Amino acid sequence: MVAEGRRELSADEKYEERFKAWMSPANVQFASAEAEKAYKERVQLIKDAVELKKPRRIPVCPNIGFFPANYAGITAQEAMYDYQKLGMAWKKYHEDFQPDCLASCLLATPGRVFDILDYRLYRWPGHGTPPNTPYQCVEGEYMLEDEYDALIRDPSAYWMRCYLPRVFGALEGWKNLAPLTDLVEMAFAGAFMVPIGMPEVQRSFEALLEAGRAAVEWIQAAGAIDAEVMGTYGVPSLIGGFSKAPFDTLGDTLRGTKGIMLDVYRRPGKLLKAMEKLVPIMVEMGVRTATMAGHPMVFIPLHKGADGFLSRNDFAKFYWPTLKEVLLGLTAEGLVPLVFVEGSYNQRLDFLADPDLPQGRIVWMFDQTDMVKVKEVLGGGACFAGNVPVALLKAGTPSEVHAYVRDLIEKVGQDGGFILTTGGVVDEAEPDNFRAMIEAGKEYGA
Amino acid sequence: MAGTIETLVEAIVGMREKEALENAQALLDAGVDPLQLIEASRRAVEEIGERFEKGEYFLPELMLAGEMVKRISEMVKDRITSESPEKRLGKVVIGTVKGDIHDIGKNIVSFLLDANGFEVVDLGVDVPAERFVEAVRELEPQVVGMSCLLTLAYEPMKETVRALEEAGLRERVKIMIGGAATDDRIRAYTGADAWGKDAAAAVSLARGWVGG
Repeated sequence: MVAEGRRELSADEKYEERFKAWMSPANVQFASAEAEKAYKERVQLIKDAVELKKPRRIPVCPNIGFFPANYAGITAQEAMYDYQKLGMAWKKYHEDFQPDCLASCLLATPGRVFDILDYRLYRWPGHGTPPNTPYQCVEGEYMLEDEYDALIRDPSAYWMRCYLPRVFGALEGWKNLAPLTDLVEMAFAGAFMVPIGMPEVQRSFEALLEAGRAAVEWIQAAGAIDAEVMGTYGVPSLIGGFSKAPFDTLGDTLRGTKGIMLDVYRRPGKLLKAMEKLVPIMVEMGVRTATMAGHPMVFIPLHKGADGFLSRNDFAKFYWPTLKEVLLGLTAEGLVPLVFVEGSYNQRLDFLADPDLPQGRIVWMFDQTDMVKVKEVLGGGACFAGNVPVALLKAGTPSEVHAYVRDLIEKVGQDGGFILTTGGVVDEAEPDNFRAMIEAGKEYGA
Repeated sequence: MAGTIETLVEAIVGMREKEALENAQALLDAGVDPLQLIEASRRAVEEIGERFEKGEYFLPELMLAGEMVKRISEMVKDRITSESPEKRLGKVVIGTVKGDIHDIGKNIVSFLLDANGFEVVDLGVDVPAERFVEAVRELEPQVVGMSCLLTLAYEPMKETVRALEEAGLRERVKIMIGGAATDDRIRAYTGADAWGKDAAAAVSLARGWVGG
């Protein structure tokens, strides 16, 4: 069916539009003409790498967690609660290291919002972990094994009535709510409202309102920090939106590792059906969040399909097909999936070179996968990034880091389509080692 | 149709859960010594551990094996009158270090060590150095295993090794570390004796030290 009047843009046209928006960010005021120029040049470096060209120099984009806090001498707890300290630390990181990409302080997340909601899926500094550790997920079976049918029937209702009351203490009352789809006739609507009058549900909405106010306070402060950093240092963010592989959506925080691994044997049909159901939801999340950010890249961290987790056969059957559908759904919208391949993928790299995926429209970021093999398998087809080990940044010496970066660039970075990044998310590193990585990246990547 | 102890082992190893549990129940009902079922589970898990080490089995198989064995133990629990003291290769105290609450990797290592004949004392997650020290003093293990997922656990690992030194216990144990963010460099940094890339490596290390 032809859409009314306007021709739908092609995936490539959408892609160009999205990069145009990223090149001229609406929310950033540049401090100087140089900063603006540096910003645009950096976006171009990344665009060239995505398109498998040889950029003017290799972009150096470390994957940053709480390192700026550690470096500046504040705790992770302070970064999550005190936005002034957050700003001081994240600005200092960019000032001192001059990376090519923004380390977004949004990733520190707002502790107060989660305090109010009593988020039970995580522990965070001062709330179950020591002040200086990052937040951590509490493994568990938050979706029970007999709930697949409910999830498949109506994921949103399942989330609202089953999952959220378990992971947010403040929303426990939501188990009493009726699905929103009950609201179809006046005669039904009165009954729908009744549970909302229950004291525990009333309290849940009060908590939600308070959490919303805290979230606005946070985004105003933290968003301004990011915008100021981008405008001052001319660094674009590498991440626009986010999404997940359906297997991980289920396995990370619904069924848990043990739950989903047992499901592979005990209820494979339902598992596959649930993942199919999640595909359009994961695509929509990526499209919406990236569009809101005015940015082409969608960050997707991969977890439970790595070497050692699943056999090749199970990877082919359970993990890859729905991930591939998500990737295709995103690229069709002109987006660039930025896929963080955690752990190692040495035994399944060939899947990533799937000929159905569009060339020059995906970035694969590697952790412990053999980068020489990565280049052999993906080179010329997709941009890849990697992989200075966080262990090296913590316990190595600057000259070792320097040598690692030089070797990496010599082996895999000579033909374009490459971004230098860290293997894992950096929470802790020796500053001299970190500096050595940035300097070596800029020196050998030129 | 009642199977035999051999078919029970095969069903467990072959990941045929329903068959394994029915087989076990039938054997029990036919009056087979419950200890033989326990022995069958042990043999099956040992084989599963070997397949994991060879890269033929992965997490779904380990998790399912754990479930099958747990159910069989529950089945025979009431019928076992006397505990037969099991001969163990050696003792391993294991835990995820302070500040880190990840337990999947540690649990897999515990499971495989147990399957390979070690007595495993699992201290859980977020284990402070003092608890490791206490456990080593009281339980006298030959091996201590420290697990972590986060880079911020490097310091607690180092502190734990130091605490064992200060308590005069360092020479009595071999210490191995493992987890996604570890490597040999971190091994040296923390002062541990060895580093294992995966759960299979942890088993070889423990075997090497205890001479099993």
